[in-house]
Amino acid sequence: MTLVVVGVGNAWRGDDAAGLEVARLVAAAAPRGVRVVRAEGDQAALADLWAGARAAVVVDAASSGAPPGTVQRFDARAGRLPVRLTRSSSHAFGVAEAVELARALGRLPAALEVVAIEGACFDHGAGLSPAVAAAVEAVAAQLSARAAGCAPAR
Amino acid sequence: MSPAPEHPRRRLVQEAIARVEGEGAMHVTLRDGRVEDVRLRIYEPPRFFEAFLRGRRFTEVPDITARICGICPVAYQMSSVAAMEDACGATVTPEIRALRRLFYCGEWIESHALHIFLLHAPDFLGLDNAFELAAEHRDVLEGALALKKAGNTLMRIIGGREIHPVNVRVGGFHRAPTRAELAEAERALEAVLAFARSAPAFVASLPTPEIELDPTFVALAEPDRYAIEGGRLRSSDGLDLGPHAFRDAFVEEQVAHSTALHSRLRDGGTYLVGPLARYALNHAQLSAGAREAAAAAGLGPVCRNPYRSIVVRAVEVLHAVEEALALLAGYVPPDPPAVDVVPRAAVGAGWTEAPRGLLWHRYAIDGDGTITAAEIVPPTSQNQRRIEEDLRACVERFADLPDDELRRRCEHAIRNHDPCISCATHFLTLEVDRR
Repeated sequence: MTLVVVGVGNAWRGDDAAGLEVARLVAAAAPRGVRVVRAEGDQAALADLWAGARAAVVVDAASSGAPPGTVQRFDARAGRLPVRLTRSSSHAFGVAEAVELARALGRLPAALEVVAIEGACFDHGAGLSPAVAAAVEAVAAQLSARAAGCAPAR
Repeated sequence: MSPAPEHPRRRLVQEAIARVEGEGAMHVTLRDGRVEDVRLRIYEPPRFFEAFLRGRRFTEVPDITARICGICPVAYQMSSVAAMEDACGATVTPEIRALRRLFYCGEWIESHALHIFLLHAPDFLGLDNAFELAAEHRDVLEGALALKKAGNTLMRIIGGREIHPVNVRVGGFHRAPTRAELAEAERALEAVLAFARSAPAFVASLPTPEIELDPTFVALAEPDRYAIEGGRLRSSDGLDLGPHAFRDAFVEEQVAHSTALHSRLRDGGTYLVGPLARYALNHAQLSAGAREAAAAAGLGPVCRNPYRSIVVRAVEVLHAVEEALALLAGYVPPDPPAVDVVPRAAVGAGWTEAPRGLLWHRYAIDGDGTITAAEIVPPTSQNQRRIEEDLRACVERFADLPDDELRRRCEHAIRNHDPCISCATHFLTLEVDRR
């Protein structure tokens, strides 16, 4: 396995579904050699999802105050993530905490990118807002292209 | 020793308590070094579950109430179906009851493992989070993650998914897992058994304040097992009740500083639910391995130190792992997976032991199965007064410490009870000013 793409979020909370939607679009492209996972709920076991992979990309919604649809990319190998970036509640573990725990345990993959898509609305039952939907498509297209590059030659 | 405070009155405020489930704050006021006021302020918005259950079908309770909590949804499902089966006069088969207990063991394991190692243990070492704990005790954190995952695996296989399971119905389950499907959980539990056996000794080795409190303990009890999915309510003061008598012995009150109701004994006293209460009342029914681990960790027959609740939780996790393995060894898939439940106009009550303590549900339904009234009393609202009393004791003991250190001690005292604040918030005063 060369690449794992993990989409994180809650499908029923508006723009919080951004990561899940990216994962759905990348999975639909069905690249070989790439594993795509939709991770809902507690992220304490996030490191298990990239176990055995050389590289992983984790996509989650963010609430950092940036304009909706802003895409921020973090090289998680290079330094600590801002814990509050993707944390929407005090419930259990969020992505940044899970990444830091994996770092402390020596369980980061050789390359780990965290992509944070700034949300606008996290209301129950709301769909993606337009700016976030556009960002989701752009991130999914970029990841699909990267995934295609990872696929073994046929 | 810190210098005496410059001002006679000190206010200590923590606006958002970290590493608890839900949104809460803490306010402490000291005057001349004496505690004037202590409040655990729960400001998470009320959630109105009891109101919007009214008018729904009696069959919907496990799926609706599971949404109250992402950490302990099984507790809500199990208490709700117990109450609804009581209303309808239905009794499930021993095989269904065994599968429910197995399912519940999965939740105890994942919930306790999360709290013990990722949320609570850092407090004892003065660390801010589990990453710092992982740097010092890597093997422990690796074991904890595997333990939590084993519990989650059990929940996923039986419940259909780990969070907010979808396989529970009034009368049993929609589908019973096969023995082959459960083999993955059995392997996972066997793999974490050694770690679970070592965990009570590890947490007992953490530096712990020696504080002895004297709460009234309240927990379910059964003659032949450590009560989880049912039983009669017992207390250290001699209460012995069935679920319909809950309101005879306990009252809930609204307080201005919290969206969670406060519970107390009808005679006015506070009480404690959760691991310390279960252990005090039922330790004789723990598995042999758990009893042995409890003794080796220095727990006597009763533990009155809330800071040692972490040890009791670790003992309960070991019990849940051993119990789950025993249930898996004897597993017979219930066939059919659910008994028929026919609605009738009635009031039903039921309760179970959520990881944080007693969770009571009562529903009234009409003849065609429409819910006309719902009441849910979660463990955290029952413990809220007790948590405030612990906070008061903590502040009195550590009043000389600087604010930051005192705040840390207070947060630790709150986390001793693993409060699940989201579960507890369900009330809002509506003031109408009519002129």
